[in-house]
Amino acid sequence: MNLFDQRPGADLNPGKRIALLLLRILLMVVMPLIAFAALYAGFMFLRAGHAPKWVITLAAVVWGVGGVAALYWIFNWILEQLPDVWGSRLLPFLFVGPALAILTWYLALPVVRTFYISLFNKNGPAPENFVGLANYVAVFTDRLMREAFRNNIFFWILIGAPLTVGFGLVVAVLADRSRFERSAKALVFLPMAISFVGAGVIWNFVYEARPIEFPQIGLLNAVVVALGGQPRAWPAYTEIAPFNNVFLVVILVWLQVGFAMVIFSAAIKGIPDELIEAARVDGAGEMQIFFKIMLPYIGSTIITVTTTIIIFTLKVFDVVWVMTGGQYGTEVIATQFYRQSFVARNAGYGSAIAIVLLVAVIPVMIYNLSQFREQRGFK
Amino acid sequence: MKRQGGWGAFLAVNGALFIMVLLWTLPTLGLFISSFRPREEILATGWWTVFPHKEWVTTEEMRAKDLNLDTTGEMTIAGVTGTFKEFREGVETEDGARVKWIGNRRLGRIVVQEYKWTVNWNFTLQNYKEVLLGKEIEIKKPDGSVEVIPGENFVGSFLNSVAVAIPSTVIPILIAAFAAYGFAWMQFSGKRMFFIIIVALLVVPLQIALVPILRDYARLQINGTFLAVWLAHTGFGLPLAVYLLFNYISTLPRETLESAFIDGASHFTVFTRLVLPLSVPVLASFAIFQFLWVWNDYLVALIFLGSNQENQVLTMHLANLVGSRGNDWHLLTAGAFVTMILPLVIFFSLQRYFVRGLLAGSVKG
Repeated sequence: MNLFDQRPGADLNPGKRIALLLLRILLMVVMPLIAFAALYAGFMFLRAGHAPKWVITLAAVVWGVGGVAALYWIFNWILEQLPDVWGSRLLPFLFVGPALAILTWYLALPVVRTFYISLFNKNGPAPENFVGLANYVAVFTDRLMREAFRNNIFFWILIGAPLTVGFGLVVAVLADRSRFERSAKALVFLPMAISFVGAGVIWNFVYEARPIEFPQIGLLNAVVVALGGQPRAWPAYTEIAPFNNVFLVVILVWLQVGFAMVIFSAAIKGIPDELIEAARVDGAGEMQIFFKIMLPYIGSTIITVTTTIIIFTLKVFDVVWVMTGGQYGTEVIATQFYRQSFVARNAGYGSAIAIVLLVAVIPVMIYNLSQFREQRGFK
Repeated sequence: MKRQGGWGAFLAVNGALFIMVLLWTLPTLGLFISSFRPREEILATGWWTVFPHKEWVTTEEMRAKDLNLDTTGEMTIAGVTGTFKEFREGVETEDGARVKWIGNRRLGRIVVQEYKWTVNWNFTLQNYKEVLLGKEIEIKKPDGSVEVIPGENFVGSFLNSVAVAIPSTVIPILIAAFAAYGFAWMQFSGKRMFFIIIVALLVVPLQIALVPILRDYARLQINGTFLAVWLAHTGFGLPLAVYLLFNYISTLPRETLESAFIDGASHFTVFTRLVLPLSVPVLASFAIFQFLWVWNDYLVALIFLGSNQENQVLTMHLANLVGSRGNDWHLLTAGAFVTMILPLVIFFSLQRYFVRGLLAGSVKG
């Protein structure tokens, strides 16, 4: 790829050498400029959006993917034009730099910026809007936030996580003994492919309620009516509040059991057969084998899965937003964050909620780091 | 362990498993079946009536005014006698049929029904037409009048989702692969510290970034563009991508790479010609995870594309449909299935990578 592979030798006169150097510098400047101009033109074309939809889609994909690849290629080319010492010193930053820059912009800096914004009222960062930690006081005292914490902790975490882990374990153990293992696991895993919004529609339909004199079209209410009960719009049925939250938690359980199941299934297959055979020879029943051998053996896996699901439930948003919009006492932390930041336009308050979410996952972050340090990792 | 115990154990295990699988499948099945049922039927009967069941099936129908009945007293219709009130409830004949009056005294209909096994097999593609084509749809009603129903342009949203998801998958993979290679095979100062930061960022919830990034986008005037979402998904997906790809790329055999360097290959050549092809399994796993994450994402799209109706993706469109036409189940079921179709195809065709990718991605913040 190097246009100037032959080092300027003694056979070139000084005039030619200088001309060559200038040409090289010129190209190094011009190439990126052309690239940026081309990318900018592409961006303007996409933003204008006058072409048919499929043309725009195709152009967007080519522009986005091709653009990034082209930038890497061009900058590598430039580095190859530089003297070797400089080239090899800068090359690592061509490889690592873009990732670090994007991570800094999108995750590292926002932690600081969001904390800074959280110290101001809804009018944004300016000295006269400074409110100190007042937003944090509000986060822990407002009625809706208390409701959100209650729902996140008692319903989503304390009911949702054990249900997910429990069902995942049951399906994994049952499937392990069934000759229909593959298809059963595939069908239980399938909801993992569905978005929360899609799952919201699916479950809205399950919960659909019609007046008692009409035939029910929602599965749950059809069962309820067949058993002699009254049809209800369950997630909005506030007479059983706060337990109407359970009908939302069920959706998350439905989506996530497949995840728990697959991991448990792999862990169970890791238990040596001899261990279980030996227990059987000694006269242990199936229940004893499950509780005294399997559970202890996959204990650490259970903890990992539980932690993952807890982090997940902590940030649950779409399903609540689509199903109830946080009404009927179903507000959660992430819906409050969205409502405050983008509906009520109180960025200070919303940012305080985001910081609280971050603090909640810090123990996991510390655990990840200690795990990383134990690994061989770096030379 | 597959054949432990006798028939009892076999039934217990498979029976319990069958019930679990049924519970997990029914909600999706109901959606799928309903999306092919005509609008009026979805609202009139449960989707499970497509399976054989017993119900009152009309065998004969007549108009009340044709019969010239005196509706004030007892009447005899189709061989049975009763008052108007009794007929409204339905009067049973001796051979098990029933005669029922539907509607009011003068203009109502009288039907003779039998209670027998039946299936409601009336399927249609009309729902998908309405949801996909976005044109106004004219429906001719039985009485001759024409009802115009506005359609939904899910094809446009589908293309938007494609335009968002493919670059949002490929760009982070490309950037992360370069970075992972740099961390694994190059020496530079601050390497260890940079990588520790990446590990720490793995679980940072993306909510933390939304407010500041939205402000930056407003300043750069790229709110509502595809570029805005690509960059956001790239930023939020990068820690996981770098971490996963590093774990793989750093274990590639040292000798292979070194012999390439001895042959005079540059880092760039080794990376594109050797490392990328060797890393296909991990690239595929991450690609599937990231693609599904982006395809199914609602929050990021809502915030960075929400200002631009033109570019709305499938999840936004479906969520809007829930809000605006929450009782139009024929649209909701078909629309929801349109959003699910691509993930399901990937699920069934690439199941192994799919599971591996989702497991690897479970730590994402």
